[in-house]
Amino acid sequence: MNPKLYSCSFDGTVKLWDYVDGILIKTFVVGLKLHALFTLPSAEDSVFVIINKEKPDVFQLVSVKLPKSSSQEIEAKELSFVLDYINQSPKCIAFGNEGEYVAAVRDFYLSVYFFKKKTTSRFTLSSSRNKKHAKNNFTCVACHPKEDCIATGHKDGKIRLWRNFDDDKKYTYTCLHWHHDMVMDLAFSVTGTSLLSGGRESVLVEWRDATEKNKEFLPRLGATIEHISVSPAGDLFCTSHSDNKIIVIHRNLEASAVIQGLVKDSNIFTGLMVDPRTKALVLNGKPGHLQFYSLQHDKQLYNLDIIQQEYINDYGLIQIELTKAAFGCYGNWLATVEQRQEKETELELQMKLWMYNKKTQGFVLNTKVNMPHEDHITALCFCNAEKFENPTLVTSSKDGHFKVWILTDDSDIYKKAVGWTCDFVGSYHKYQATNCCFSEDGSLLAVSFEEIVTIWDSETWELKCTFCQRAGKIRHLCFGRLTCSKYLLGATENGILCCWNLLSCALEWSAKLNVRVMEPDPNSENIAAISRSSVGSDLFVFKPSEPRPLYIQKNISREEVQWGVFVPRDVPESFTSEAYQWLNRSQFYFLTKSQSLLTFSTKSPEEKLTPTSKQLLAEESLPTTPFYFILGKHREQQDEKINEAFESELVQLPLTENIPAISELLHTPAHVLPSASFLCSKFVSSLLLSKETKSGEEIPEDVDMEEGKESDDSDEENDFTEKIQDTNNTDLGEDLLHQLSKSEEKELRKFRKVDYSWITVL
Amino acid sequence: MGKFPSLSLLMMFPRFRMLPSPRVLVLILRVQLYEIMAGYKPVAIQTYPILGEKITQDTLYWNNYKTPVQIKEFGAVSKVDFSPQPPYNYAVTASSRIHIYGRYSQEPIKTFSRFKDTAYCATFRQDGRLLVAGSEDGGVQLFDITGRAPLRHFEGHTKAVHTVDFTADKYHVVSGADDYTVKLWDIPNSKEILTFKEHSDYVRCGCASKLNPDLFVTGSYDHTLKMFDARTNKSVISVEHGQPVESVLLFPSGGLLVSAGGRYVKIWDVLKGGQLLVSLKNHHKTVTCLYLSSSGQRLLSGSLDRKVKIYSTTSYKVVHSFDYAASILSLALAHEDETIVVGMTNGILSVKHRKSEAKKDSLPRRRRPAYRTFIKGKNYMKQRDDILINRPSKKHLELYDRDLKNFRVSKALDRVLEPSCTIKTPEITVSIIKELNRRGVLANALAGRDEKEISRVLNFLIRNLSQPRFAPVLINAAEIIIDIYLPVIGQSPVVDKKFLLLQGLVEKEIDYQRELLETLGMMDMLFATMTRKESTSVWQHASDGFLENKKVES
Repeated sequence: MNPKLYSCSFDGTVKLWDYVDGILIKTFVVGLKLHALFTLPSAEDSVFVIINKEKPDVFQLVSVKLPKSSSQEIEAKELSFVLDYINQSPKCIAFGNEGEYVAAVRDFYLSVYFFKKKTTSRFTLSSSRNKKHAKNNFTCVACHPKEDCIATGHKDGKIRLWRNFDDDKKYTYTCLHWHHDMVMDLAFSVTGTSLLSGGRESVLVEWRDATEKNKEFLPRLGATIEHISVSPAGDLFCTSHSDNKIIVIHRNLEASAVIQGLVKDSNIFTGLMVDPRTKALVLNGKPGHLQFYSLQHDKQLYNLDIIQQEYINDYGLIQIELTKAAFGCYGNWLATVEQRQEKETELELQMKLWMYNKKTQGFVLNTKVNMPHEDHITALCFCNAEKFENPTLVTSSKDGHFKVWILTDDSDIYKKAVGWTCDFVGSYHKYQATNCCFSEDGSLLAVSFEEIVTIWDSETWELKCTFCQRAGKIRHLCFGRLTCSKYLLGATENGILCCWNLLSCALEWSAKLNVRVMEPDPNSENIAAISRSSVGSDLFVFKPSEPRPLYIQKNISREEVQWGVFVPRDVPESFTSEAYQWLNRSQFYFLTKSQSLLTFSTKSPEEKLTPTSKQLLAEESLPTTPFYFILGKHREQQDEKINEAFESELVQLPLTENIPAISELLHTPAHVLPSASFLCSKFVSSLLLSKETKSGEEIPEDVDMEEGKESDDSDEENDFTEKIQDTNNTDLGEDLLHQLSKSEEKELRKFRKVDYSWITVL
Repeated sequence: MGKFPSLSLLMMFPRFRMLPSPRVLVLILRVQLYEIMAGYKPVAIQTYPILGEKITQDTLYWNNYKTPVQIKEFGAVSKVDFSPQPPYNYAVTASSRIHIYGRYSQEPIKTFSRFKDTAYCATFRQDGRLLVAGSEDGGVQLFDITGRAPLRHFEGHTKAVHTVDFTADKYHVVSGADDYTVKLWDIPNSKEILTFKEHSDYVRCGCASKLNPDLFVTGSYDHTLKMFDARTNKSVISVEHGQPVESVLLFPSGGLLVSAGGRYVKIWDVLKGGQLLVSLKNHHKTVTCLYLSSSGQRLLSGSLDRKVKIYSTTSYKVVHSFDYAASILSLALAHEDETIVVGMTNGILSVKHRKSEAKKDSLPRRRRPAYRTFIKGKNYMKQRDDILINRPSKKHLELYDRDLKNFRVSKALDRVLEPSCTIKTPEITVSIIKELNRRGVLANALAGRDEKEISRVLNFLIRNLSQPRFAPVLINAAEIIIDIYLPVIGQSPVVDKKFLLLQGLVEKEIDYQRELLETLGMMDMLFATMTRKESTSVWQHASDGFLENKKVES
């Protein structure tokens, strides 16, 4: 008998799973939005759920009796009310002393319900009117597993331990105070001898014997602790953090493992970059770090510490931000800019240049430039042309200058001084420099000064010519590549996209497009532009030589798209269809405002033929014979629902793991194949499939966006719980709506997809 | 920094890139774990480039001399020569005397004073037992070191003999004189062997090859250097230096020839028939003397501009230079560069001895634990159920970092306000103030100080506020102090005085900035009249320097 798992969701159902085999056993329909779910070992036939019946902000804890029945879907309408006026966060409910009582906290109340006596006691802390107790709000609760003792966390960082609470008069509490900010979560160890707490300080505190003196710390966990849990055996603790990270910690407070996805809660200033060496995606990571994130493995490779200073996580503190970064010379050099601005006049800027050290296989700081400019740096770019033996970097700044930095071998006989120095300072009529970019061969440098684009000769640093369209500040600037290298593209704030011809020094064409992201593909002439309209973001892929786009995808995301990048493929694809040729050599990734990383993929025809290969994940034990790939489709019909649940995960399978079924069929000896009549219809229909997709209607469905790398479902859940915890969040409803509609949409799409394969099978 | 070499190495293999091998994943996990365990990061102390001389091996080597011993001679010291044999005495030629000094003696251990007129160029023989010197009257005298009267007296020059030297076979003496001739003398017979009359002006310097007994070089005021071969009775190489030659030197191998004259030092390749290798112009007055360091890696030149320059003989770049009080006429280094002796026009002989290195060893060594303690438990084999716990490596933290780590902000500030820190390393103090500001606790750290403590802070501000590199941080700190202590002003005369000083400083700085802006304005006017192309580039460079100062004002 495998262990079981209950889950609840907003659709009003409680589901029972066999999570080892990944099979849904039963569905109980409750019919109300379920916010949290608790089970007790002492009451196996019922579960506790948090619902809200009437007002949107009033939540109840009810016990749901789960009827015993053999059918798959069962109505469970037998609710018994336990506690009223509680918080919907699961952290605010705790069952104590082997299920004798349940404690719930909200605002300034602690409510305790005793199952045996069926009575509720309520304890109130002095409220917000008194300034001293303004932050007395309860934030979380935990119950001692063996004794009658409740621990509550508060907004001011205090932890209160309540005893004798079965008596309304004689109850006592003691205070433990170490946290200086809100206590995010509390947990008792299995034996109850120690209490764990965590919060914004990113320090896990272990209170031994519930006394203030005996405390142990595990500091510098990197980000706010959101949840703490203890393994049933008691040998491991686990903390989850706001930056998409889980840390497994030994009983003796030593971190033993870190599960880290794409680091989440930071503003992305640097944009998306690709490290030419590891082909990893590089962007802002932990505070003050650059994260190197492998797209192939969906794993973070490492964090490069740029700022190299102790990170103090405190409310209202102005941190040093890593604002710009660029790779140069095939990954040999990395330039980073960090800034901190406390007041208008006090800007701290620092530019660092890192050299790749082959011996240590890492970046080593080479040059540190204090205040490289007088004002914010708006752009920096390396000259990546091969003919430049001397590495060159250009920075442009709001102070109206652009500076050229070169690597100088300041060779005295000791050969020690190899560093970067400023070689040239350029300006144009005291306008702010907003963008800079080198042409592909490195011969020209384009710098935009507000509305004007200036072209400079990179040999002599002479001003060659200027372009001005008087259509607002230039927001993006890039040169065309390969055959289109004579074109220069600029996107302005007023929504005009201009293309200039560098040979004739004239405007080639312009289009009205509110460009938010413009990224050139390093391997082809293509340029991707993402525009923002009132409904959503649209993608346009075009060549500078012809104003007509190669490919348009409307509504790629509801949110604003912030950054995009082309990641070169290791093995080029060969899509013959004109619409996908732009995906042949590179893949386009983009990041939305809520920090979902999305990409475009056209599924290869083989992949479409064998959606069953996805099932491999669920049933790894089955041998992957050619039969399996062909006959597996039958199973798909039966296990349609399971399949659906796994869909999001399955899409992430790397292409290399899909074995093309057609080739399997053709290469398998005939005597081991099932009868031809059995296979024929499916084989033919699978061939038809690829033809059908080429018809125009299906395009939006066919080029499916994979919400790939950041495992999307779990993330949204995270988001959700985060938002719910924050009781001050006023536009909660709107968010929920938004989330729902998004997930609904996805669901719909999945259904359509499933339908589709059904037809082909039948 | 990516600290795990093996990880990135794996990433380079395409095989690993395609499939997430479990090993890669384990490594990734370890990297992340390492980042968690990284510990406290010490405060980054802002370093400023040290202006002026860079510290190199050469500066360390050549600065490692004691303060010079000054010896007063009777006239300008025209020649210093070390005996090649221990105990490395040296002969000093000044006026009409030759003094022999011991290594560490300040009094001459021997004096040769039997010259009627000025003596020149007292030079030791290779074995250190004979000494030869020329004189103003045209005579060349040979002395035994132990004796007093000359052993030989070579007569033949009609005018002052400024240069004499022993040839490599020890039995001959070469001399050059103001009568334009160069003569070779035989010591046993006390006879003139050869006379060369090829120079057309005074012969003032010369040098015999240390390998070939027949070769020697002379330099003359006719701007030429001539290499003579005793076997051919005429010069074999003649090169044009361009200025009157004051000094000439042959490398020990005999392959390179160095000449000094005018402001130039020139290196000639003898093996290529006297081709000019390098011309060095690092002095701004006539170069008077040359010397090679004992290793042959460094060339020293002394000049009338009162400087000794040291060149590397591989790159011919100046690696170090010494300053002296008067124009330098002569220069010599002892065996192993132990002593530098410089003779000057004012008759002062400056002697510098190398610092002894034996001192460091004499320090009492700390007693180490016994060998037993080291090997204790080292040979214990790990059993199956044992868990190996490594001792956590302890990172050394500065005292202020330890305070900051424990959030003792006032104490950290106190530490860096100690006089030992503020005077020697003000950048540490400023960095800590900056760090406190970054953490948002600067006001807390500055508040609640008594008269003595606050005057310490104010002293530091007064001393460093006007320095452009510290100004942005310190102005902010000064504002906070004024905000905090404004209510208690007037209670302590000491603190009030400091505040007034600070005010005066700020006013002075504002005046200074105004002047700078005026200058900048004037320069802008000048540049505006220039052509457009020039103005764009030149103006940038000019304004850069000024902008830096402008920041202070805000």
